[in-house]
Amino acid sequence: MSSFWSWYVALLTVGNIVACYWLIRWASKPRKGEANEGDVTGHTWDDDLQEYNNPLPRWWLWMFYITIVFGLIYLILYPGLGRFSGVFNWNQTEAYNQQMAASEARYGPIFSAYAKRPIAELAKDAAAMRAGQRLYLNYCATCHGSTATGAVGFPNLTDSEWLYGGKPETIKQSILDGRQGMMPPMGAALGDAQSVEEVAHYVMSLSGGDADTAKASAGKAKFATCAACHGPEGKGNPALGAPDLTNGTWLHSSTGSVAAVVAAINEGRSGKMPAHRQFLGADKSHLLAAYVYSLNEGQ
Amino acid sequence: MDKQETYNYKVVRQFTVMTVIWGVVGILVGVIIAAQLLWPQLNFDIPWLTYSRLRPLHTNAVIFAFGGSALFATSYYVVQRTCQVRLFSDTLSAFTFWGWNLVIVLAAVTLPLGITTSKEYAELEWPIDILITLVWVSYAVVFFGTIVKRRVSHIYVANWFYGAFILTVAVLHVINSAALPVSATKSYSVYAGTIDAMVQWWYGHNAVGFFLTAGFLGMMYYFIPKQAERPIYSYRLSVVHFWALISTYMWAGPHHLHYTALPDWAQSVGMIFSLILLAPSWGGMINGVMTLSGAWHKLRTDPILRFLIVSLSFYGMSTFEGPMMSIKTVNALSHYTDWTIGHVHSGALGWVGLISMGAMYFLIPKVFGRDGMYSTKLIEVHFWTATIGIVLYIAAMWIAGVMQGLMWRAVNDDGTLTYSFVESLKATYPYYAVRLLGGVLYLFGMLVMTYNMFKTISGAKPAEAAVQAA
Repeated sequence: MSSFWSWYVALLTVGNIVACYWLIRWASKPRKGEANEGDVTGHTWDDDLQEYNNPLPRWWLWMFYITIVFGLIYLILYPGLGRFSGVFNWNQTEAYNQQMAASEARYGPIFSAYAKRPIAELAKDAAAMRAGQRLYLNYCATCHGSTATGAVGFPNLTDSEWLYGGKPETIKQSILDGRQGMMPPMGAALGDAQSVEEVAHYVMSLSGGDADTAKASAGKAKFATCAACHGPEGKGNPALGAPDLTNGTWLHSSTGSVAAVVAAINEGRSGKMPAHRQFLGADKSHLLAAYVYSLNEGQ
Repeated sequence: MDKQETYNYKVVRQFTVMTVIWGVVGILVGVIIAAQLLWPQLNFDIPWLTYSRLRPLHTNAVIFAFGGSALFATSYYVVQRTCQVRLFSDTLSAFTFWGWNLVIVLAAVTLPLGITTSKEYAELEWPIDILITLVWVSYAVVFFGTIVKRRVSHIYVANWFYGAFILTVAVLHVINSAALPVSATKSYSVYAGTIDAMVQWWYGHNAVGFFLTAGFLGMMYYFIPKQAERPIYSYRLSVVHFWALISTYMWAGPHHLHYTALPDWAQSVGMIFSLILLAPSWGGMINGVMTLSGAWHKLRTDPILRFLIVSLSFYGMSTFEGPMMSIKTVNALSHYTDWTIGHVHSGALGWVGLISMGAMYFLIPKVFGRDGMYSTKLIEVHFWTATIGIVLYIAAMWIAGVMQGLMWRAVNDDGTLTYSFVESLKATYPYYAVRLLGGVLYLFGMLVMTYNMFKTISGAKPAEAAVQAA
């Protein structure tokens, strides 16, 4: 804030408060020629509307004074008058940093102790898993659901099927650095709508789903285009996050169907797991990875 | 002498009837969305009926359609009667009626379609904003034109408040709605980031301060002394609380943005002016309630007076609660919880709603040439269902809000949060049910009023009233 605006704001603020004070002082004093208490002012509107000129109630005046004094004291102690930072030199950024540092000092050791133990071991520690679940419910449940069974577009974490692999360190990496899933639109690469449909039938047949045998076998030859990511047998590739198409697990529809696969081929798909390294830190992410791991292997 | 000059009651009649009708509509939408919080399936998977689209429809309908019509009806009536002269222009006042109702209909179409600026209480897109501006300027011309040609020397206190409300809302609307259009149904705010948020809440809180407070204080200053047949308690108090109220309200907006990217100094200023606002706000309540001194017995027999006086007690409650909630440490608990919703509705249902209903019960017989409402008994029924409805509503939201605030900040020994968000939502369910019940009662009262109004005016001849000699 430039010093002009600083003074502008400060003077307006103080000016309005002082004006309130002046106003009540001015109105508290009786003036010559004015109607006395209990008398009407002498004006009449609309046949019978009149006004008494009673004094300001004393208790009300005191309330007004107290709020004015409180306001002025607050403006001396805390930032409020332009650039003047207040006697306490308080600001919300510093207050936030202090609170975060205090809670880190108090709670940090608990999580760094957890972080020193292997994920597979933590996953069997009931006390650790209660803490892990509390973290999970606040930071993960919004997308993956409070029972971790996921939703359309958000992976189920309990079904032992993994896009990027289910090893403890892989799960931790997913949490720390996030994942960017990306299936490009492949309709043009496959040619015409008929080819897309045939490939979709073939994909459905991989997991024993509802598919037309003739179309599926026609699609098999064209699946080569998809094999670069999904592998020649459609088993997927965890290094790319390319889904296994043979396991009957579907991410972008609740149950797989030819129509859903056609849509995925034509439009492509993308999914984003946000990174938590900056936000939660390595220790809490470690404990969360153990909790997610416990939902599958740890049991 | 020429033909006897009469007051323009036609536009008052039109706005009076629409106040009641838009009241039913706005409250009905509120009841629907309250039910959706209990049973989300009630949007029937139809985009137009989703909570996110109906909620702005509810707020716009109750504030601008119901509240706005009540303000138009009463200000047109009051300014004529207290200036003892006919409205400045019949044509312009007719334009304000049809223009304002067109705005409401356009809002009812565009908001469910998802056409919105996403600014709270200013969701309507730019073509509708322009229409609002035209209507509002016409309103100002009619109102201040009538003041200018008045036949009495002094301007009655109710008109100060109506005047402040009309002027300020014009400034607020034009500045906050400034936007760059990219198509007929889409525009972008000219402000960015934190400044946009600050302009929005400067507007938002002054919509409360001037639309829902100053305007309705104007209503209070006419209908309470009229119905009580007593002089206003203190002229001096009205001067002090008027100037203090309108100058301090302007600063209060930043309390909506505590602990955000808004600079510290703006938050502090918003908080202290909100606190200083307590006394000026209560000045209006004192002046209204004390006007009854010597006439308290009338409350026993006159349900219309009861509407007006009880509205002031809700006004006093919510204008005490507001400054308390603006204190940063209290706000840290209350913000983003249903406490805010409870606070707003104690003002909206209790203050704005009840005083409008009282004023309408006064006006309907006057402008339709009847001696009184069709049924006083039904006014009683309305009063009690509305009051019980409000108490259920705000008590449920207070408890729910404090509970949510405490649940969200509770931590375990290891520093993890004790409750997930969903657990706090689950714990709120019973209170949502009580709130819905409160809303249903309030709606029922409004339907009783509608019946009473149509029974009163059916077969009635529009009233003509000669202008009084000054």
